[in-house]
Amino acid sequence: MQGIMYLGGISAIIFIIGIFVFIAKEGLPFLFGAFDLKEFFTSPRWIPTSENNPTYGALALILGTASVTGMAMIVAIPFSLGAAIFIGEFATGKTRETLKILIELLAAIPSVVWGFIGLTIMNGLIIKLFNVPIGLNVLNAGIILGLMAAPIMTTIAEDSLKAVPDKYREAAEAMGATRWQTIRRVVLPAAKNGLVSAVLLGVGRGFGETMAVLMASGHSINIPHSVFDSVRALTATIAAELGETAVGSPHYGALFTLGILLFIITFLINLTADLVVRGIRKK
Amino acid sequence: MKIIRLLLALTVALTLTSCGRSGESGHSSSRKVIQNKGSDTLVNVAQAWAEAYRKINPNVAVAVSGGGSGTGIAALINGTVDIANASREIKPSEMEQARANGHTPVEHIVGYDALAVYVHKDNPLEGISLDQLAEIYGEGGTLEKWTQLGVEVPGCEKQEIIRVSRQNNSGTYVYFREAVLGKNRDYKLGSRDMHGSKDVVDLVQHTPCAIGYSGLAYATPEVKMLCIEDGQGNCVAPSEKTAFDGTYPIARPLFMYTDGEPTGAIKAYLDWILSDEGQCIIKEKGYAPVREVVCEGDAQTGE
Repeated sequence: MQGIMYLGGISAIIFIIGIFVFIAKEGLPFLFGAFDLKEFFTSPRWIPTSENNPTYGALALILGTASVTGMAMIVAIPFSLGAAIFIGEFATGKTRETLKILIELLAAIPSVVWGFIGLTIMNGLIIKLFNVPIGLNVLNAGIILGLMAAPIMTTIAEDSLKAVPDKYREAAEAMGATRWQTIRRVVLPAAKNGLVSAVLLGVGRGFGETMAVLMASGHSINIPHSVFDSVRALTATIAAELGETAVGSPHYGALFTLGILLFIITFLINLTADLVVRGIRKK
Repeated sequence: MKIIRLLLALTVALTLTSCGRSGESGHSSSRKVIQNKGSDTLVNVAQAWAEAYRKINPNVAVAVSGGGSGTGIAALINGTVDIANASREIKPSEMEQARANGHTPVEHIVGYDALAVYVHKDNPLEGISLDQLAEIYGEGGTLEKWTQLGVEVPGCEKQEIIRVSRQNNSGTYVYFREAVLGKNRDYKLGSRDMHGSKDVVDLVQHTPCAIGYSGLAYATPEVKMLCIEDGQGNCVAPSEKTAFDGTYPIARPLFMYTDGEPTGAIKAYLDWILSDEGQCIIKEKGYAPVREVVCEGDAQTGE
């Protein structure tokens, strides 16, 4: 019995090492071949199938992912923190339970459905509201992604609010603080680490999301100058192109290099989130 | 207790899947499955062929999927399909890769397709020349606004031309680059790269500023097709007929690639595709057949 548990426990480690080894193995021949570090990080020219001069500049893709994720956080942070505070501190009984279930339901909507909403409803809406030529852009993908990231952020933020001992609240009330003062001055600072890690996990979700971003961002290689510019994300590029390249070609290797980059970024974000959470426990 | 339940569930699941497996293999032993994959341009007609062929030879099932010419050819190189559909010729580099993997792609032309240039239905533009298209789509091109083409598009605030293109391993993308930009010129970056022929038409339909290219077969009444000017006052509209007789400048052959000379069921299927019956199906779907064929519906649907 214990053996089974042990196996289950270490299987996660085996899987993650296996995945990393696999990605690295496919990407390395390119990294030591046609790869040009300077071009990769500073050139926006991603033209892997050019007949005479294939270039692999990922700058526009990196900025595309970053801008969409940034926009998503602008949408998701107020939403999810507000929801978490309401559920954790104000709502009681039935309201609270219903809200929690609804938010979990929101997390269960498949990303392709979100993408579809972005492609059909939001596109037309943005064109009409802002009078821009095309509605598939940073704003569209950011809103969609923000709504997708909000449920998980809400859940984690609410958990961290719940982890604040009740005696803090009681003490604050005993000092004559109003409910709002208690939340703002006592509960939020005490739950700070958990809230930060909730945001970081949301960022990780944003970096990793593929389908919805592919559909709502316009999939256009472009360094964004405003929220109304179409962009292309790292993940979307891999999804759109990987199935159609011959195994072992430089293009294939370049896509795996994008995968390595994504892996490192999300790994760092999750690690930071984890360290921040651990920070609370130590206190 | 929980463990026992888990084990029980696992056993049930295993038995179920093994049942499914044995059922499947029993099925395929009596039935030949042809794996057919590739070009999005061809996917509609490939499906129509597969469906019609099922009635003719019930023992052969053709499994069709799209994804782009690059997908199909990559699958052929990797040895996972029997027939790869492509809307462009196989590249020398791909040929080499296939040989290195022990496959020899053999080319079959199964029809012709006109690549139509689409704009929003409110766009007053009627015709466009290949040079203008190259200046719109090509790297370093100077055409950025509809007003430079002498039109004002209603509903398009800044008159900016929104370029709709395809993802970079689509056969349509490669063919359009060769036919319009020339072999050595790349696309201007910043186009919206759609993931299917139909998506291009859909986006153009909803975007007043847009211009896009896609197979003629994907035309809908909601978008407008431009005719192509030849510089001598003629403007050729894309159609099955102009694609076939070569007067429309951006028409291309459609290919099917097999691994080696086809034999058995695959050969029979390809022969049937090139027969009058198969060619009538491609004609019905809005593409040009490889030769003149007289089909049943011609009297009613003739142009």
